[in-house]
Amino acid sequence: MASPTDSANLGQITDKKKRYSAGVLKYRQMGYWDADYVPKDTDTICLFRITPQEGVDAIEAAAAVAGESSTATWTVVWTDRLTACDSYRAKAFKVEPVPNNPGQYFAWVAYDLVLFEEGSISNMTASLIGNVFSFKPLKAARLEDIRIPVAYVKTFRGPPTGLIVERERLDKFGRPLLGATTKPKLGLSGRNYGRVIYEGLKGGLDFMKDDENINSQPFMHWRDRFLYVMDGVNKASAATGEVKGSYLNVTGATMEDVYERAEFAKELGSVVIMLDLVLGWAAIQSMSNWCRKNDMILHMHRAGHGTYTRQKNHGVSFRVMTKWLRLAGVDHLHAGTAVGKLEGDPMTVQGYYNCCRDSYTKQDLPRGLFFDQDWADMRKVMPVASGGIHAGQMHQLLDLFGDDVVLQFGGGTIGHPAGIQAGAVANRVALECMVKARNEGKDIKNEGPQILRDAARSCTPLKQALDTWGEISFNYASTDTSDYAVTASPSN
Amino acid sequence: MMTNPTGRITQGQFSFLPDLTDAEIALQIEYGLARNYAWSVEYTDDPHPRNTYWEMYGMPMFDLKDAAGVITELQACRSTFPEHYIRLVAFDSTRGIESVAMSFIVNRPKQEPGFGLVRMEARSREIRYTVHSYATDRPENERGGR
Repeated sequence: MASPTDSANLGQITDKKKRYSAGVLKYRQMGYWDADYVPKDTDTICLFRITPQEGVDAIEAAAAVAGESSTATWTVVWTDRLTACDSYRAKAFKVEPVPNNPGQYFAWVAYDLVLFEEGSISNMTASLIGNVFSFKPLKAARLEDIRIPVAYVKTFRGPPTGLIVERERLDKFGRPLLGATTKPKLGLSGRNYGRVIYEGLKGGLDFMKDDENINSQPFMHWRDRFLYVMDGVNKASAATGEVKGSYLNVTGATMEDVYERAEFAKELGSVVIMLDLVLGWAAIQSMSNWCRKNDMILHMHRAGHGTYTRQKNHGVSFRVMTKWLRLAGVDHLHAGTAVGKLEGDPMTVQGYYNCCRDSYTKQDLPRGLFFDQDWADMRKVMPVASGGIHAGQMHQLLDLFGDDVVLQFGGGTIGHPAGIQAGAVANRVALECMVKARNEGKDIKNEGPQILRDAARSCTPLKQALDTWGEISFNYASTDTSDYAVTASPSN
Repeated sequence: MMTNPTGRITQGQFSFLPDLTDAEIALQIEYGLARNYAWSVEYTDDPHPRNTYWEMYGMPMFDLKDAAGVITELQACRSTFPEHYIRLVAFDSTRGIESVAMSFIVNRPKQEPGFGLVRMEARSREIRYTVHSYATDRPENERGGR
C-alpha cells in the first residue's frame, strides 16, 4: 500500500553527476517533488486528485504528475543541463489522502510563470491536461482546481462584455434574466422556429436560445434561422418596449463558417451570438476577440463537458473549466441548475457560479474551491442555469443563485398547456414576485411555494404552470460532490 | 393599449406584477439603502427600449438613508409629470459593479402608446428593423398631457 509518508528515496539528487547519469530515476529524485517548496505569488498551482496504481507511492505519483505536466520524459536527458532546468520543473509540494476515498490522493503542484504562453488557454491546457492524463502509473487523475496567478490572469482579456455591461446594454437590472431554449431541438423549419422565438419573447422572456446541436442541418439552414429569428426578436421588442435577444448559434465546421455566421448575425442586429464548447480553445478565444470588436455578447454552451467533468476520479473539474473560460473570454456560461435534470450538487454548482462572478474567489472547501483566486478586475461571466427547471422552483433558484444568472426554462415555457406566451408569463410573474418578496425581507426558501400560489391567484398562466409541474423534481444523487461537505460522499 | 400579455411596457423589475403601492415601493427602497445604493428618480415621455437617458428628477440621493425621503421626491415627480413614465433607479458604487443595481417603473401614462416596428427591406432577404416610439410622433412640448 503506497503511503504519502513513505520515506524511501525522498528528494532530489543534488549531486549533478549522479543526477544526470544516463538511466531511469524516480521523478522525485529528478526534482519534481519538494516538500519544502513555498509557491511564489506568480506560480500557477494545480490540485490534482490522483489514484496511483497498486504499489506506486503517492509522493512518487505526485512527482510524476508534476514531471509529465512540465519538463520530464521517462529517462534522464543530458540536454536538461543546457537549460535553467530547475525553474522549468513543476514541483509537487504537498500530498494528502482524499477524505473517505481510500487509494485517492490530493497532490498540489506549482508551475513557474515562464511555463505558459501569455494569453493562451491552448498552451496552458496542453501542459496541465496533456500527456499526464494518460500516464500509466496512475489509474486515474483529475484536475480538481487551479490557482492562476494575477501575473498570468492579466495576460488574458476575459469576457468581451461581462455581466455588468450586458445588463446596461439590455437595460435589465436587479433580477435574474429569463431565457428559453427553442424546442424541439431538431426539425423545425426557419419559419416555425421564429414563431417560438416571437411567442417566448413577447410573453416576457429576455432571451431565446438555439440549441447546441442546431447549426445548419437540412431541415433549417443557418441563414433562414437567423432571418426568421431576428424578425421575432424585433417584433417582440416593439410589442414590449424591452431589449430582447436570441442566442444565434454560429458553431460550424470551420472557422470560416463560424466567422461568416457571426458576421451575418451582426448585420442583422443581434445582440448575442452563441458558441459550443466543442469548438475548442483557439476558436473560443478568436471569437471572444471578434465579439469585443463587434459589441456582441458571447454565449457559451458547455456541450461535451460531461465527458470529462462528471466522474470524480478522472478528468477536469468544471470549476477549472469555468476559470479557463472566464480567462478565454465568454459572457454567458452554462454552469448548472442544482435542481434541474442535469448533474450538479447545489454547493458544488455554487462554487462554479462564484468562479464566474467573483472579483476575488475565496477558498471554500464545501463548495469545492481549494484556492483563493484574485480575478484582478477581470469582467464577470453571467452563469446560465438551464435544463429541466420550471416556475415552481423559482424560490430555490433565486435562493441558490441570486440575481446574476440567466434562468432558462425551455420545456417549462414551450410546454405550457396554454401556449408559449402563457409559459413565458408564468415564468416572468414567478420571477418578479419572488424577487419582490425577497427584497421585502421574506424567507423565500421556506415561504416560496406560498408566495407562488398567492401570485397565481391573479395570474392564470402561473397557476396552470404550478398545476402542471409543481411537483416535478429530479432527486438523484450527484456524482461530483465536495469531499469536504458536511457529509462526505464516496466517489466511484 | 399594447398587445403583449400585460398590455403595457414591461421594462424594469416588476412590470408583470400589479402596480406596487407606495408602502411596497418603500420596502424596495429600504432593500437598496441597506446595500448602500443611491436612489434616483427618472422620468420620460419616450420609453423606447434604447432610450437610456431618461430625465433626472434631481441628482441621485447619495447621502439619503431614509426611504421616506425618496418617496417624497417620487411624489413630487408624480405630481409634476402625472402622464410620464417614472422609474426608480438604484446605483451601486462597489468596485467591479459601478452600475445600476435596481430599476422599476412607478408611474405610467393612462394610455401607453407603445411602439411600431418599421421594416426596411434590404439586400437579398435582409430586413433592417427600427422600433418606433409612437409617443414621439408629437412635438416634444406637446407630449405627456402637460
